[in-house]
Parts: sequence; structure tokens; C-alpha cells
Amino acid sequence: MTTHSSEIEPAAQGGDPLPDPGLPPHTPRLTDTDTKAAKRAERQIGVMFGIAALGSIGFVAAYLALPLDGDLGRLQLSNILLGLGLGASLLLLGLGAVQWAKKLMPDVEMVQQRHPLESPPEDRQAAVAAFEAGAEESGIGRRPLIRNSLLGAAALLPLPVLFFLGDMGPINPNPALVRSTTIWTRGTRVVNDVTFTPIRPEDLQVGQLVNAMPESYEEIPEEDAAERLTTRAYSSVLVIRLEPGEFEVPPGREGWDVDGILCYSKICTHVGCPISLYEQQTHNMLCPCHQSTFALSQAGKVVFGPAKRPLPQLPLEVDAEGYLAAQGDFTEPVGPSYWERAKYIRTEPA
Amino acid sequence: MTALLAKRRHPLAAVVVMAVALAALAALYAAFSPSSQASTTSAQSTQIEEGKQLFLVGCSSCHGINAEGVIRDDGTVLGPSLIGVGAAAVDFQVGTGRMPMARTDVQAPRKTEAYTDEQVAALAAYVASLAPGPAIPEPEQYDPELGDIARGGDLYRTNCAQCHNTTGQGGALTLGKYAPKLTGVEPVHIYEAMLTGPQSMPVFSDEVLTSDDKRDIIAFLKNVQSEPNPGGFGIGRIGPVSEGLWVWLIGLGALIGAAAWIGARSS
Repeated sequence: MTTHSSEIEPAAQGGDPLPDPGLPPHTPRLTDTDTKAAKRAERQIGVMFGIAALGSIGFVAAYLALPLDGDLGRLQLSNILLGLGLGASLLLLGLGAVQWAKKLMPDVEMVQQRHPLESPPEDRQAAVAAFEAGAEESGIGRRPLIRNSLLGAAALLPLPVLFFLGDMGPINPNPALVRSTTIWTRGTRVVNDVTFTPIRPEDLQVGQLVNAMPESYEEIPEEDAAERLTTRAYSSVLVIRLEPGEFEVPPGREGWDVDGILCYSKICTHVGCPISLYEQQTHNMLCPCHQSTFALSQAGKVVFGPAKRPLPQLPLEVDAEGYLAAQGDFTEPVGPSYWERAKYIRTEPA
Repeated sequence: MTALLAKRRHPLAAVVVMAVALAALAALYAAFSPSSQASTTSAQSTQIEEGKQLFLVGCSSCHGINAEGVIRDDGTVLGPSLIGVGAAAVDFQVGTGRMPMARTDVQAPRKTEAYTDEQVAALAAYVASLAPGPAIPEPEQYDPELGDIARGGDLYRTNCAQCHNTTGQGGALTLGKYAPKLTGVEPVHIYEAMLTGPQSMPVFSDEVLTSDDKRDIIAFLKNVQSEPNPGGFGIGRIGPVSEGLWVWLIGLGALIGAAAWIGARSS
């Protein structure tokens, strides 16, 4: 250290190691020396302001010429012309002003003196005196009971917030707020979304995709819109058909497919977006929100993206009338993770 | 002659005349009917034969001499088997210019068709003759005028919008694949795409997404595409994404350029 400090000693002695280089010498612009160039710049600026004026006039003309009568095509033309007119007016006004400042207004370097910004000493003393007088009059120094109880009350204020946050986490789970199951039960038919028609397995071709719902969703009354939306958000499913032998069947999921027809939750395990971007050749299902990619031929495994868990699979069967139906509910909660989720994982379809 | 004239009042004369007339009609039918059947069959077989010749020249290098498909030595597919894909798949792939492909790529893009309508029909007839498969739909199955636009919108948003965007502007998939734009696509080709599931697209068979459902979807698509852009410029009509792109790239880019221009010293 000492050897190094001795090396830089000579420079430090002189005070500032990099002396102020001062202002560069002023070089006049072409418009300062050449009156023809100045005249040209003047004309440019005049044209710019002229176009700005035409823009304003164009706006008014378009406004008057195209009264809106409910015709959307005319509305489109009107919006384009009004926007171009007002836009040209504002833009050219600005461009003209900048060009004026750059080409013709004086550009000699000027020095502006800056001084520290602070109040005069007498104002500062008065403020301190007022603060001290206030502290003395409140008696906070003489009355420790008030001071200490205030400190205690302020210190406890964050506690309610902590309990609010606790509702979101594992400290104080409220079972009523947790939806760990869906309306799928044993025998619930898998029906087309929108049309709610049941599906026969022989009608599904290899490569087919069906955006499907539980048939019991239709029984929720239309007036209960909130319940319908929430149920839709939990129980939407995807039905696909693969060649038998083209997909992996993990232990415990034997017999969950019907001749290669597989059913997965439509709700992404990342943050719960509905996913159905299905590539039938790769059997990948993509989420449009954050590009999580699930390999449906490998039990819904995540192959790309921020999702951390595979898509839950719904076990399928064929009911007595030959339509696709569920063997039961999902064996795990669908959708994104939450703290106490692990408590709701079941071993058998409920 | 007089004997014949005399016999025309015979009680059996009407029966004889009727029998002769029927025999003549039968002879006429026999003379014309089989020949017309034969001409239809021969026209069909000519079309299939013409399709086969076109196939051998234009398609067989990837799909195999007998349309059985070609698998490369490393196990990847050069051209899939076309046995059982049906006339609808051929009409879609060749009719939209996707096939023949210009080069092997992750996806065959829509381009100018390489074959005339008659040649496409011949190719479709040939491939359909190999094995049963989905047929080209009838005009009333895809006529947008007959569809229910509102119902089609519901079905479109549930089944199609995830890949093709809410107004059919298309979108990205994985590894360079994409869902193409649906603007300017013939209704029959939209129908055939749903029916056959070309390339990455899944199949929506007529048994599950019925013919009426498909027609409603086509009616919705044709309706949204004919809507004007009341806001002014459409900028791709893909909603907030393209608007954000304009603001961030073009708007902010212009602002940065303007700031640099204002700060630059004039010469």
C-alpha cells in the first residue's frame, strides 16, 4: 500500500489530478457565416410551420367533411385523417422549433453560475427552535408512559398484516377457501365445450383434440355466474387421441386411457392459464401465457417453460351407453401450486 | 297389308302393340344405359390414372412410389404415408400450395398453387382411391352465408383461437412452427384443415365438431375478416401485442432518434 501511495503522490500534490479542460473553442455554424445557408434554413423552418398549419386545417376539413353516421368504414377514414392532421400539426411545429434553435438562434457557449441551494442561517435556526419548542410543549421527554405506550402500539401495528398474509400461506389455512377438488366424479360424462354433446370413443381419430367439459357443468344455474366461472376455471379438460403404444403409461395410471384417448386438465400448473395449443405431431401442449410446454405422450411432463409440475391427468372410461366418462376426480388439485397443496394429493381417483 | 289392317281390330291387338313397344324400349335402354355407366367409370379411372401419373412425377420422391411414405435411414419421416388421408387432405395441401414443398422444412407454408384445379382433383381422386378417407366437403357444408356467426364465434374461441389468434391472425408454436393466418383462405380449405388436421394442427372430426359447427366457425371467420378497423390503422389486428410493439419499437425508437437529433450540434 505504502509503495503505491508514494507512486501517486506527485499527482495528488497538485490538487485535482485532472485539471478542468475548460470549454472547447467556439466554431461558428454554416448558417452563422453564410447568409444563403441562413436564408435556406429560414425557408425550411417556414415550410415546416406551413405544413403544421395545413395539418390543423386538414383536421378541421376532415372533421367537417366526414360527419359520423354509424358507418364503421367512414369512422376508420375519419380517424386516420384526424390523426394524420393533428399529428402533422404537432410534429411539424416541434420539428420547426428545434430546427430554428439549432440553425438560427445563437449557439455561443454561456456560463451560468450555480450556488448551493439552502435557506439563510436565520431561517434554519428558527425551524430548529420551533421543533424544540414543540417537543418541549408535548412533554414527550417528561412523560415516559405516553412515549413508551406509543412506541409499543406502533411496534404491534404490523401484526394484523402478518395474519392477513398468513391466510395466503401455510400458517392458518382456511379449508373453505381452498378448492382441492373439481366437479368430476365417477361416471361424469366428458362433453364438448360450447355444444355440450357427449363423445363416443370411436368418433375420435388419432391426432384429434377436443376442448371438453364435465356434463354436470350444465346443471349449474345460469344465474350463478360466479360459480359457473369458477367451476369452468377448475374443471376444463383436453381430450386427445394418440396411437396406442405411442405414449408412456406411468405406474398407477394403467387403464386411465380408452384405446389411446387421454384426458388432461386444461389449466396450466404455472399460474393457471387455460392451455390448448396442441401440436398433434409432437404431442406437445403449449401454454400461451409463458410458453410452458407439456409432453402429453409422457404423462404431461414439463419439457419447457416455467411450470414445475406435470398436467394432472383425468382417468377415462366408457359408460354403459358407450360415451366417454371420467373414472373419478383428478388425484391432485389442478392449476397452480399453493402452500398446502401436498395435503390434497390422493392416490385413487375419488 | 290388308290382312294386317283387318287384324288391328282384333281384341289382342293392343296387347301385341304394347309388348312390341316395351321390347323396343328395353332394347333402347340396353343400348344406351350400360354405355353411359361405362363412360362414367372410364372417366373416373382416367382421372385416377391421370392423378397417379401426376403423383409419380410430383409427389412420389417424398411420399413413395405407392404413396406408402418414405422414412429416412435415421428414422425420421421424409414424407408421410398418404394411404387413407382422403381427398380432403390432398385438396387442402395441394390446393393451398403447401404441397409440393419447396424444400424440407419444419412447416410447409401457403404459397401459389403448382397445379390446376383439374390436376388437384385428379391427385385427390388418386389418393382417395388408395383407401377410404375424408372426402372433399359439399359447398353447402362450408357456405359462410348459411352459418351462425355468434355460435361460430363461441366455437372458434374455444377450439381455434388459442393457436390462430382471436381474429385468425395466426401465432407461433415451438421450434419454428406456427399457426398460419386464416385471412384470405377459401372456406373449403378451412373446412378441410379442421377435418384432416394438417401438419401440427389437431384433427376436429365431423363426428365431434359437426359439419354445422364447422360452417358456423367459417361464417365467424369470414365475418371478422370483413370488419373495418374503426380505430384507424389495423396494425396486424392482433390486439395489444402489435400495439405495444408499435409503442415500444417504433414510438420509442422515434423518440430516441428525435432526442439524438435535438442534442446533436448543428454544423
